[in-house]
Amino acid sequence: MNPRILPYVLILPVTLFLCLFFLYPFVLVSKQAFSTGAGFTLENFQDVTSHWKFPISFKNTLLLAAAVVPVQLALALLMATMVNGMGRGRDLVLYVWTIPLGISDLAAGIIWLAIFEQSGFLNSMLSGLGVIDKPVSFLSYQHPGVVFLAIALAEIWRATAIMLVILVAGIGLIPKEYYEAAEVFGASPWKRFWRITLPLLRPSLQTALVLRVILAFEIFAVVAALGGTLFPVLMGETYAYQFELLNGGAAAAIALIILAISIGFTLLILRILRVPKGASI
Amino acid sequence: MSEATVDAGPDDPRKAGKFVYIAAVVLLCAWVLVPLYFLLINTLSSPEAVNAFPKRFVPEFDLGSLTFFAGFEGMLVALKNSILVAAITMVMSITIGAPAGYALSRFDFKGKGLFRLLILLTRAFPLPLLALPLAVMFIRTGLDDTVFGLALVHTTLAIPFAVLITFSLFSGIPIELEEAAWTLGCTRLTAFTKVVFPLILPGITASAIFAFVISWNEVFAAAVLTIENRTLTAFLLQNLDTSPLHLKFAGGFILVVPALIFIFAVRKYLFAMWGIANR
Amino acid sequence: MRIKAKMAGVASGAALLVAASVAQADVLFWSTQAKPVEEAQSMRENVLAGHGDAVDYQPNDGGPWLTRLNAELQAGDGTIGVLGALHGDFSAMNPDDLVDLSDMGVGSASETFNNLAMLGTDSAQYIPWMQASYIMAANKKALEHLPEGADIDALTYDQLIEWSANVMEATGEAKFGFPAGPKGLKHRFFQGYLYPSYTDGVVRTFASDAAVTAWETFLELWAVTNPGSTNFSFLQEQLLSEEVWIAFDHTSRLANAFNERPDDFVAFPAPAGPTGRGFMPVIAGVGIPRTAPDMEASKALVAYMLSPETQIATLRATNFFPVVDVALPDDLPPAVQAAGGAVAKMSASPDANPGLLPAGLGAKGGDFNRVFVDTFERIVLAGQPIRAVLDDQKVALAEIMNETGAPCWAPDAPSDGACPVE
Repeated sequence: MNPRILPYVLILPVTLFLCLFFLYPFVLVSKQAFSTGAGFTLENFQDVTSHWKFPISFKNTLLLAAAVVPVQLALALLMATMVNGMGRGRDLVLYVWTIPLGISDLAAGIIWLAIFEQSGFLNSMLSGLGVIDKPVSFLSYQHPGVVFLAIALAEIWRATAIMLVILVAGIGLIPKEYYEAAEVFGASPWKRFWRITLPLLRPSLQTALVLRVILAFEIFAVVAALGGTLFPVLMGETYAYQFELLNGGAAAAIALIILAISIGFTLLILRILRVPKGASI
Repeated sequence: MSEATVDAGPDDPRKAGKFVYIAAVVLLCAWVLVPLYFLLINTLSSPEAVNAFPKRFVPEFDLGSLTFFAGFEGMLVALKNSILVAAITMVMSITIGAPAGYALSRFDFKGKGLFRLLILLTRAFPLPLLALPLAVMFIRTGLDDTVFGLALVHTTLAIPFAVLITFSLFSGIPIELEEAAWTLGCTRLTAFTKVVFPLILPGITASAIFAFVISWNEVFAAAVLTIENRTLTAFLLQNLDTSPLHLKFAGGFILVVPALIFIFAVRKYLFAMWGIANR
Repeated sequence: MRIKAKMAGVASGAALLVAASVAQADVLFWSTQAKPVEEAQSMRENVLAGHGDAVDYQPNDGGPWLTRLNAELQAGDGTIGVLGALHGDFSAMNPDDLVDLSDMGVGSASETFNNLAMLGTDSAQYIPWMQASYIMAANKKALEHLPEGADIDALTYDQLIEWSANVMEATGEAKFGFPAGPKGLKHRFFQGYLYPSYTDGVVRTFASDAAVTAWETFLELWAVTNPGSTNFSFLQEQLLSEEVWIAFDHTSRLANAFNERPDDFVAFPAPAGPTGRGFMPVIAGVGIPRTAPDMEASKALVAYMLSPETQIATLRATNFFPVVDVALPDDLPPAVQAAGGAVAKMSASPDANPGLLPAGLGAKGGDFNRVFVDTFERIVLAGQPIRAVLDDQKVALAEIMNETGAPCWAPDAPSDGACPVE
C-alpha cells in the first residue's frame, strides 16, 4: 500500500470511533460551558473561578499530583528494574505488584479508610504496640498533614501499578546486548541504569507519565473517601456542579479547566521526553 | 533466561547487596498485600467485629456478609454481563487501537500531533459529564441497555491506553528489524505479523489488562446505560458507599476478586516477553 | 490462534445478547431512596414482591439517576416507569416532565405534604410516598454524663454542648458526632434545626445578629465534636464503632445502630434554642415521567406504594414512616420504634418550631443547600469571621431567592413575592 496513505488508514478506525463516542458528546457538553442561555460568554468560567473553594481545590489537585506522581515514577522504575534482574519467583512478584491495577478507586478508598479511621487498623496496631493509649482521629481537620499523607499513600498504592506494567513491558524490549557490552566495559549497575535503561526507556516513560498525570488530575473517589470535606479537589467540584447544583455549564467549565491543565502538562512531558523519529535505538 | 538470576558472588558486599535486594522485594510485596489482607479480614468478619476496636488481625471466617451478596437475585446474570462487556471492550480497544499505535510510531504524517491530542483528550475529560448526550444518542439508536452499547463506551475509555501502550512498544522495536524482514522477501504485512507482532504480544496483554480492568470497574456509564442488562458493578456495588460497613467491605472484596483472577490468568502472556527480549 | 477463537466467541456472544435484549414488561422503579444494598434487597423482596406485576427496583446515586432520567426525557422515549425521590429532586424537575397525578385519588394524609407535591402548580406532580426526620441518638454510656437537671427529651443546645463537654472530659475524646462528610446531610441541620431554633427563620434571618449567635453556639458544639466528623456521612457507623456517643442524623442513617444493638442506644428529640425546638421533615415521593412506557402499569404501582400494607412494609424495609393514616403494628424493628418515639416527642414538645422543606426553589435547590454548606465550611473549617462570612453568603442567598421568586416558608414570616434576606 502507498506509504503516504497507510498511516491514515491505520488511524482511521480510532478516529471514527472517537469522533462518534467522544468528540460528538464532548462538543455538545463544552458548548454549554460557553453559554448561559444566550450567545457566547465566559460567565461560567468567571463563576467557577471566583468561588472561594476554587483556588483551594486547584491548589490541592496540583499539590497532590506533584507529591504522588514523582514517587510513583521512582517506585515503578525501581520495581521494574528489580523485576528485570530477578530469576526465580519473578512471575509471582510481578503478579503481586500488579494486583492494585485491578482495584477500582472506589474499593481503594474503602480499603484505606479501614486503615486510617479512628477505629481502624492503624490505630489498632499502634495501640497494640503500646504507642498510643487511645485511638487517634487521623483523618480530622486537626491533622491536615496526615489527611494529605493518607490520600497520597492510597494513591501511590493504587496507581503505581499502571506505570509499572508499562515500564516493565518497555524494559523487556531493551536488547540485552547493550547490558552485556556495558558490563564488559565495567559499568556499574547504577551507570547501566542511567546510561542504558533510562534513555532507551524513553517511549515507555513518556506514555506512563502522560497517562498517570492525566489521571492524577481526575482524582476523586479516593480523596472523597479519605479526605471527606477537608480536601476539596477540582473533580469533586465538577461533580458537585453537575449533580448537586444542576449547573451543567459550570461543571463543563471546570472540566475544561482540568482539561487545559492536563494538555499543558502532557505537552511538557512530551517535550522533555521527546522520542526521536522512528526507532529510538 | 534463568541466567538472569541475581548472581551473588562470594564477597561480602555482594551478599549484603543481595540481602537488601530481597528485603526490598519482600517489603514492596507486603506494601501491596497488607491493605488487601485487611480488606479480607473485614470481609470475613461479623458486623460486630467490623465495628469493634481494636481490630483483630486474623479473620474470624464469618461468611455472613458474603452470603448476603450470594443471595442476591440476578447476580450471575450481572456477572456474565460484566465479563462480556469487559471482553468486548478488550477486543475492540486492541483491534482498533493497535494499528493507530503502529502508525504513530512508524510514520510521520500531517496531523499526527492533533491525532495524539485527540487520543489524550479522551482520557482528560470526565465521563459522567459526557454520559447525558451519549445516553440520548444510545436511546435514539437502540444501543441503549445493550451489552454491546456499554462496551462501546468502555472502549472509548480504554482506547487511549491501547494506542499509547502499543505506540511505546512499537517505538521500542528497531525499524531495522522490519527492514531486514522486507529485504528477506516479506511484505509489510507479513513482516509485521511474523517479526513485530510476536515481540509486542506481551505489551498487547498489558493493554488488554487495562481494558479489562477499566471496563470492570466502571460504574457511572454502566449505571446510566444499562437497565435490564446490568453489569455487576452497576447492579450491586454502585451504592457501596451508602451501605453498612460490613457489606461495604464484602462488596469491595467481590469487586476486587474477579479482576485479580483475570490478571492472574493472563500473566503468562505478560511475562513471556523475557524469553524473546533476552534473545 | 487462541486469541482469534476468543474474539469470535465474544463477537457471537455479543450478537446473541443484542438480539436477546427485547424490552421486558417489568415496571422500572428508578429511585434515589433505599439505596443501601440491604434496603434495596428488602424493597424488592418484602415490599414490591406483593405487587401483582413484576417490578424492577433500581436505586441509584443522584448522578446516574438524574442523567438517565434527563436522557430519556430528551430522547422522548423511556424505560423508567416510576420515579422515587426526595421532594428536592422532584422540585428541581420541570413540572411538565411529570405526569399529572391529581386524578388518581391517592395522596398523603397531610395537606402540607400534598401541597408541596404540587411543585407550585395546581395539580399533584408527584405523590408523597414516605417521610422521615432528623433526630438525636446516644450511647447509653453517655447518659451518666448528662448535665444536672437536664431532661434528655427536652434538651437545649447549651445543655447538649455541656453534655458533650462532660463526655469529653470523662473519656478524653470528643464524642459528639455530626454528619459533615461529603454525603452527610449537614445542610439540613442548619436549615431545619439550628436556624429555626436560634433565629425563628431561615432565609429572612440568614445574616441576622441571632444568626451570629447561632454560629457561635455551633462553634462551641464543634469544639466538643469528634474531629473526624468531616468524614462522617452515616452516624450509625460511628455509633456502632463507639467513635461517637452522641449523634445527630437522619433517622434512616441511624437505624442500623438501633437494629444491631437495640439495648445500647437511645433516641431523643433534637435540642431547643432561644426560639424553640426547630426540626424538619423529610419527604420522599413517587412520580411518573412523561416518557413512561406503560402509563397504566406505572399508575398501578404508584397506587400500590400508597396502600396501607405497602406503607408498613416500606417502613420495615427503609425506616421511612408512612404518609397515610395507618395503625402501626407492635412488632416493628427497634430502629423504627426508637425513631418513631423521638419524632413524636419532638413534634409534641411545647416549644416545637417545625421548619418546612424549602419550596419553590426549582433547580436552585442545590445552590440553596450550598449556601449553608459553604457558610459552614468557611466559618467552621476555614475559621473565617462569622459576620463577614454571613454578609458575603447573604448575597448568594438573596440572588437565589430573587432569581426563583420563591416566597418564604415556615418558620420565616410569609412574604409577598420572593422571600427577602434581611
